[in-house]
Amino acid sequence: MKLELGKIQIQDVVAGAEEKIEANILYINPETIVDIVLEDDRLAECSVEIAKPGESVRITPVKDVIEPRCKVDSSSGIFPGVINKVDTVGGGRTHVLKGCGVMTVGKIVGFQEGIVDMKGPGAELTPFSKLIEICLVLEPKEEIEPHQYEEAARFAGLKIADYLGRLGESIEPDEIVTYETLPLQEQLAQFPELPKVGYIYMLQTQGLLHDTYVYGTDAKHIVPTILYPTEIMDGAIVSGNCVSACDKNTTYHHLNNPVIEDLYQKHGKELNFIATIITNETVYLKDKQRSSDFVAKLSEFLGLDGVIISQEGFGNPDTDLIMNCKKLEEKGIKTVIVTDEYAGRDGASQSLADADKLADAVVTGGNANETVKLPKLDKVIGQLDYVDVIAGGFDGSLKEDGSIEVEIQAITGSTNELGFNQMSAKGV
Amino acid sequence: MTSKFKVVHYINQFYAGIGGEEKADIEPFTKAEVIGPGIAFTNVFGDEAEIVGTVVCGDSYFNENLESAEKKVIDFIKSYNPDLVIAGPAFNAGRYGMACGAVAKAVMEELNIPAVTGMYEENPGLDMFKKDAYIVPTKSSAAGMRKAVPVIARLALKLLKKEEVSPEADNYFVRHRVNFQAEQRGSQRAVDMLIKKLKGEEFITEYPMPEFDNVAPGEAITDLSKAKIALVTSGGIVPKGNPDHIESSSASKYGQYDISGIDFLTEATYETAHGGYDPVYANQDPNRVLPLDVVREMEKEGKIGSLHQFFYSTVGNGTSVANAKKFAAEIAEKLRADGVDAVILTST
Repeated sequence: MKLELGKIQIQDVVAGAEEKIEANILYINPETIVDIVLEDDRLAECSVEIAKPGESVRITPVKDVIEPRCKVDSSSGIFPGVINKVDTVGGGRTHVLKGCGVMTVGKIVGFQEGIVDMKGPGAELTPFSKLIEICLVLEPKEEIEPHQYEEAARFAGLKIADYLGRLGESIEPDEIVTYETLPLQEQLAQFPELPKVGYIYMLQTQGLLHDTYVYGTDAKHIVPTILYPTEIMDGAIVSGNCVSACDKNTTYHHLNNPVIEDLYQKHGKELNFIATIITNETVYLKDKQRSSDFVAKLSEFLGLDGVIISQEGFGNPDTDLIMNCKKLEEKGIKTVIVTDEYAGRDGASQSLADADKLADAVVTGGNANETVKLPKLDKVIGQLDYVDVIAGGFDGSLKEDGSIEVEIQAITGSTNELGFNQMSAKGV
Repeated sequence: MTSKFKVVHYINQFYAGIGGEEKADIEPFTKAEVIGPGIAFTNVFGDEAEIVGTVVCGDSYFNENLESAEKKVIDFIKSYNPDLVIAGPAFNAGRYGMACGAVAKAVMEELNIPAVTGMYEENPGLDMFKKDAYIVPTKSSAAGMRKAVPVIARLALKLLKKEEVSPEADNYFVRHRVNFQAEQRGSQRAVDMLIKKLKGEEFITEYPMPEFDNVAPGEAITDLSKAKIALVTSGGIVPKGNPDHIESSSASKYGQYDISGIDFLTEATYETAHGGYDPVYANQDPNRVLPLDVVREMEKEGKIGSLHQFFYSTVGNGTSVANAKKFAAEIAEKLRADGVDAVILTST
C-alpha cells in the first residue's frame, strides 16, 4: 500500500465569510462551522475561536486535537467508519493542512481534559502550542450523559477537520512525502538482509470514557490485528478518550504517529518495517491475556525480529505493556517499550505499576507528576473552573492571581507515550 | 594558589575512637581536625579540598534525641562555613545510617550545600534518605572502607566543582527522577535503541526496571462469623462534596469516614472523587464501588461478626507507589488498633 502525503503549510488562519486556502492562508467561516457542529442535537452551543503560537492564551478543558486532512480524487474519505463511509484507506493521495489543528474545548466531560498554553512554560510542554488552533468551544444540552457528550464532541471535531481538510483537495502541496509498505511476502523479499521490525500500537480501551475507535469500531472489542501503517495516516484510528491529558493520544497524535514516521525513516536502510499490529488495553485479566497472546502470536507469525511497543495512559495499562513485552521477549523477539512515569511529585517513587526484568529497553516521556507553575495569561478559551479537579490538578491549583500550579499530567500531550516529544526523565 | 574547598566530616563515637556501644550516648561535639576515616578522604582530596572540622555524635544519642541532636550537629557544621559535608560512611550500621542520612538531608536542605554519605544496600537509612542525600553503595562492614572512600571523595570533588553528576557515572543510589529535554524525540530514541538491541550492541535504557515488593498474604480467616471486617477502597468513594478534597488523580491523601448506622450508600450522600473513569455509574450507586449494602446484610445475617465503624478511601488514579504505600501503612495501623480482622479492598 502506497500513500502520497501532500503537505500544505498553513501560515495563518483568518476568520470571515470566505472559505478557501490561498497563499498558505486558511480562510474559515465560523458561521458555517457552527452550523455543521450544531447539526448534532446533543450540543446546545458552539463558538469558534482561533489561538496562535506565542499569544497570551490558555485553552482548557481541551478534549481532542485533529489535523485537517482529505483524500484526493478518491471515493473514500478520512476517518472511515466514523464520519465517512467504511472503506479501506491508506493508499492513493492525501492532503494535509500542516501547522494548524481543530481543537475541541468546553465544559468538562470527565476529569481528564487538559490545558494548552500558547505562551510561557506551559507552551513548552505541549506540541499544540506550535499550531494555529481552531477551537470549537462546545456546550452540551443539559440533560445528556457524559458519554453522549463525549461522542458529540468527538464527532464535532472530526467533522470540522474533514470539512476544513477538503479546502485543500485542489491545492498544490508544498511538499509530497511517499510512504509505502508492500504485501507481506514482497516486503520480506524487498530487504531480505535487514532485521524485520514491527510496531505494536497499544490503544486506550479501558471503557467508561476511555475508548479508541478503529474504522469506527470500538477497539476494546477487537482482537489484535494488522494494519498497513499508512491506514493510520488517513484516520483509521481516532481518539475517543478522556484519559489524563499528558499521555492520551489525541487524534492528531494518531494521524502523525512518530513511531511510524521514524520507522519509515530507517526503512530499507537499517531495518525492514513490516507491519503495525494494533492491540487494546482492557480491564479484565482474561482480555489482557488474550490480547497479549495475540500480539506475541502475530509477531511470531510475521517473523519479526524486533518491535517497538507504545502505550497510552498509565497504571492499569502498565500491565498490558509488560505482558506484551514479556511474551514477545520470551519468543526471542527484541522489544523497546515507550511509556511515561508516575514517580510522585518528588520523583522518588517507583515509576510504573508493573515491571519485569525482560523490559530492559525503555524510552520514557517523563514523570507526569512533576509540577509546573503557569503564569496568568491574558485570555482564556474555554473555562478555568475545573483546574482544581482535572487529573493533575489539586486543591488550590488555581491561584487567586490567575496563575496555576499543576502536575504536568494536566497538560495535553506533555508526556506522550508515542515518543512525540523530546522530554525524558533520568535519575539524579 | 587557590584556596581549598572546605569539607566537614560527620562520624559516630566508634569512628572517633571513643568507644563502642557503651559510649553510644555521647553528646555531639566538634574538633577542628581530621579524625579517623577523615584521614583517608584527605589523601584523595589532595590539594583540592580539606577537612576543616569533624563533628561527632553517639548513635544512641542521635536517634533518641533526633531533633535536638540534629540541630546541635548542624550548628557545629555551620560554624565552619563549609562547602560540602561527608557523613560516615555507615556501612550496615542501622542507627549510624539513620544519623548520617538525617545529617546529610538537613545539610542539603538547611545549609544548601551538598552532602555525601555511604551505606550498605540494606541499611534502613538508605530507604529513608536516598531521595535527598547522595548515598554511595558500600559493603556491609568497615572492611569496605578502602573501596568506599575514593568513590565518596571523587563524587564530593565533582559536587564541589559543580560538575554534573549521575548515579551511573558516579556510582551513587538514584535520589529521584527529573524530567529533561533530550536531543531527539522519544520515537527516534526508541528506533535507535531497537536497532542497537537487534545488532547486539550496548544500549542504555531510560528507566531501569525496579524490584517489586511482594506482599505475602495474611492467614485466612477461619470463622468469618466472628470476624470484624473493614471496607477500604482506592475507587474514590467519599461523602458528597469530597470534604477532604482528595485529588481526582495523584492523590496526596486518604479519607476516614464513619458509616455507623448507615445501611447503604446513596446518590444523595456519597460520590466518587476518582478521575480515572466515567463516574456516572459509581455516583448513581456508590455501593458498586464500596459494597456497603451487601456487607451490611451479611452482618445482619450473622455471616460476618461485624462491620468496622469507619471506611477508608483514596483515589488510585496516577497515585505514586510511595504515597499508596504510606497510606496503606497508616490505614493498616489504625485498623489493627481498632481490632479489625480482615479488609475488603475494592478498586475500580
